[in-house]
Amino acid sequence: MTVLLLFLLPLIGGLVTFALKDAKLARGWALLVAFAVMALSLAGFAALRSGETLAFNAPWLGSLGSSFSLSLDGLSGILTLLTGVAYPIILLATWKTDYRKAANFFGLMLLTQAGLMGVFLATDALLFYFFWELALIPVYFLCSGWGNERRIPVTFKFFIYTFLGSVIMLIALLYLYAQTPDSSFAMQAFYKLRLSNGSQSFLFWMLFVAFAVKMPIFPFHTWQPDTYEQSPTAVTMVLSGLMVKMGVFGVLRWVLPVVPNAAFIWGDVVMSLCVIGIIYASLIALQQDDLKRLVAYSSIAHIGLMGAAIFAETRTGLQGVLIQLFHHGINIIGLWIVVELIERRFGTRKLSELGGIAHKAPALTILLVVVAFANISLPLTNSFPGEFLMFNGIWSSGGTKYNVLFTVLAATSIILGAAYTLKMVQRVFFGAANERTEAGYRLQTPETVALLLVVGMILWFGFYPQPLISATEGFVNGLLKVANYSNFVVR
Amino acid sequence: MNALLFSAISGVLMMFSGISVKRNATVRGLAIVLLLVVLAGTILDLQGVRLLHINTEGMLGFSRFSSLFMLVAVVSTLAYFLLSARDMEAVGNHYSEYFALIFFILTGVAMTAGFQSLLILFLGIEVLSIPLYILAGAEKNNLKSNEAALKYFLMGSFSTGLLLMGIALVYGATGTFATVPFTPADGKVPVLLTTGMMMLLFGLSFKVSAAPFHFWTPDVYDGSPTVFTSFMATVVKAAGFIAFMRLFNDAFSNIAPQWKLLVAVIVAVTLFVGNITAVFQQSVKRMLAYSSIAQAGFMMMAVYALNSDAQDGLILYAAAYSFATIGIFAVLIRMKDQSFEGFNGFARQQPLLAATLVVFLLSLAGIPLTAGFLSKLYMLRATMQAGSLALPLFAVLMAAISVYYYFRLLQAMYFREGNSGATLQVTGGFKVTLVLLAAATILLGVFPELLTQWLYF
Repeated sequence: MTVLLLFLLPLIGGLVTFALKDAKLARGWALLVAFAVMALSLAGFAALRSGETLAFNAPWLGSLGSSFSLSLDGLSGILTLLTGVAYPIILLATWKTDYRKAANFFGLMLLTQAGLMGVFLATDALLFYFFWELALIPVYFLCSGWGNERRIPVTFKFFIYTFLGSVIMLIALLYLYAQTPDSSFAMQAFYKLRLSNGSQSFLFWMLFVAFAVKMPIFPFHTWQPDTYEQSPTAVTMVLSGLMVKMGVFGVLRWVLPVVPNAAFIWGDVVMSLCVIGIIYASLIALQQDDLKRLVAYSSIAHIGLMGAAIFAETRTGLQGVLIQLFHHGINIIGLWIVVELIERRFGTRKLSELGGIAHKAPALTILLVVVAFANISLPLTNSFPGEFLMFNGIWSSGGTKYNVLFTVLAATSIILGAAYTLKMVQRVFFGAANERTEAGYRLQTPETVALLLVVGMILWFGFYPQPLISATEGFVNGLLKVANYSNFVVR
Repeated sequence: MNALLFSAISGVLMMFSGISVKRNATVRGLAIVLLLVVLAGTILDLQGVRLLHINTEGMLGFSRFSSLFMLVAVVSTLAYFLLSARDMEAVGNHYSEYFALIFFILTGVAMTAGFQSLLILFLGIEVLSIPLYILAGAEKNNLKSNEAALKYFLMGSFSTGLLLMGIALVYGATGTFATVPFTPADGKVPVLLTTGMMMLLFGLSFKVSAAPFHFWTPDVYDGSPTVFTSFMATVVKAAGFIAFMRLFNDAFSNIAPQWKLLVAVIVAVTLFVGNITAVFQQSVKRMLAYSSIAQAGFMMMAVYALNSDAQDGLILYAAAYSFATIGIFAVLIRMKDQSFEGFNGFARQQPLLAATLVVFLLSLAGIPLTAGFLSKLYMLRATMQAGSLALPLFAVLMAAISVYYYFRLLQAMYFREGNSGATLQVTGGFKVTLVLLAAATILLGVFPELLTQWLYF
């Protein structure tokens, strides 16, 4: 029942929001729903840690061989937890932002959350596809309706990109469905399939393209910086913190276990793309003057590392990816909060027009520096264990001959990441204040709470990463049983 | 059978009502009541209840499939009457005749849905086409309407000729008009039969505006009074597909290798031409004309696949496509400026209408949770079961293109500044019907069994 509520609560809450006329009421109601969902996701996570498997099944579209089945395992547990926790933070951080037609805005936000929850929980391919699209539609409206100047063409590009990827995925899912002995869309039926290497390969690419667009992995990333830049910040947080996880999730759930041989065969190619993406995005991030674009490219680099670690197919690497899914979401939302505050207060996002905020707004500076450290994964921040495990995984991968090369190249992201992040901190916070930044900034309560939550999680999980690791161990082991290069037999 | 009789009688009644009834509102009310009677007759058909026992053996027979399609057609017509009947007043002075013609078209639809003989197929298509030629030219003082009617008539007659020639050749090869499976005796298909079948294929492709036989469509749809384009593009077109599928299923399924590839090529070309050309349209009406070609490509996949999925899918597709298109047209008819820009800012002026239009557009684009998605899914699955992977893949790529032009309308309504629709006068009934239609679209998108179960139980 908990898993059903995880999806239903934001859905119904979102639909109710549309009916609310008053902007403040809509905002408060959305926050209330978000907190309730957070409580539910925490309850789900607690059940997961105690070894309980929550699931919900109901007949639906039986004539098509589909069913309404949701379940909460390590992977979905960590992502629903992220989605649950992120929403209150996002809403609090943008509490002071005025939206026209606020009821519609918050309603669409909650519908997006429902879609995300559905994607993460679904264990039926057709249901998964339903949710996959459902999460996209409200985001399309959010970005086009409340974004910046160039929002319409930019969001459209984003939409067409993802839609194209997802319809190709649909054909792959239909093909897999046709191969199952009892014509079923159930995940377990897909996992049992043993297809020839040839069909696995083309299925792999059809599925992977959809997820690679979403993640995004080089060269499918071109929609991303523009979309992040043009969207309202609350939506950018959802896009970068939560929606990109749909791509990583898709690879872990619907690619690796379904077409394991192809994942091995094409592993080197994908890892190369990921590594190229890491270096390429980091170099571009270094050149950016716009804060939003800088963070956007930094995100491409981080996701690229996750992609490489997934296809290394080692226990440590996958473990690292799973906890990093959570931490990356929290950290990038933290960065966006700071960007949002700066933009709202000083009216610009240009590094060249900022400076000297440290003296004027010390509290903000301290919080930002912690988030920035987490972005470069310094030890004692939350992302350190995850990145460490991922590098370890790529290094020790027996699935690729180039593991050392990949590790070395990917590790440049640490250096480059430090370079662009510290450059950002320096340009924005230190140096001489100018007329824009002269006034300084006093943090207000809602955004302070949001930032403190982020910083608290960064430090807490930096000291004590164990809860997330132990909750996902089972999933990693299960995944490796189905998909592992050591299972690979040349046919 | 009931549906056929009732709609024919209703047509005659409507025709003569013009003499005695002068008030338009009464005519409209009468038409809706008569249509409800036809609807009741159709439901009785579906339950297997015959009111009149006429022996039509070998000529007409109503299976569940044809009755269910009839139901979809009548319900769509009802929605069309409720939404757009008022707008027919503006076309010309022959208000009751328009309804009469539409009832005759429905008679033709019933014949194409229930034929068991090539003769009835021919009759059905003619009964359905001739009233359309008249309706296309109903706006007598408008040059474009006249052009549309003439063009439609000439092209339609030509394709009818093809159809008739095909029927003659098939008769020559098989010695019967009955649409029963033809099995070649020694494994060889006579050339006469193949030629006849090709002509039938081309003739019917013409009627359903499948490429490369589609060239009449945009001009005719654009030139005809918008209120009749709506009916032409939905119920009539779906009826063409039912005829198409039934003919190939009943008569030519055993010689599938002779035509499968050809149909696949027609599907691909139709999808390509429809979608690519729709992208460049500036008028919503013309965009919908090309979109109807593109959707025809998807429906034609049912003819390619010819399995039970294709049957379910075609029924669902007919409903999804008709509901959505009738809904969009109903609003479009009342717009002053029918270009994309004409819809700028529509959502702010008419939030409810805009929201229903979004549902229809998403359904046409094939986004999940709408009937449009599931009907496309059925088609893709059916085609895949029939053993093609390239065709579904091509189809979804084209569907991704279709998002471009459907979403352009959506963008204009929601995200562009303007105040279109400010002067739009709509009644409460209009709004309720539109909302019901949108609700049906979503309901069928979640529980398609509500409709398809009628095929089996």
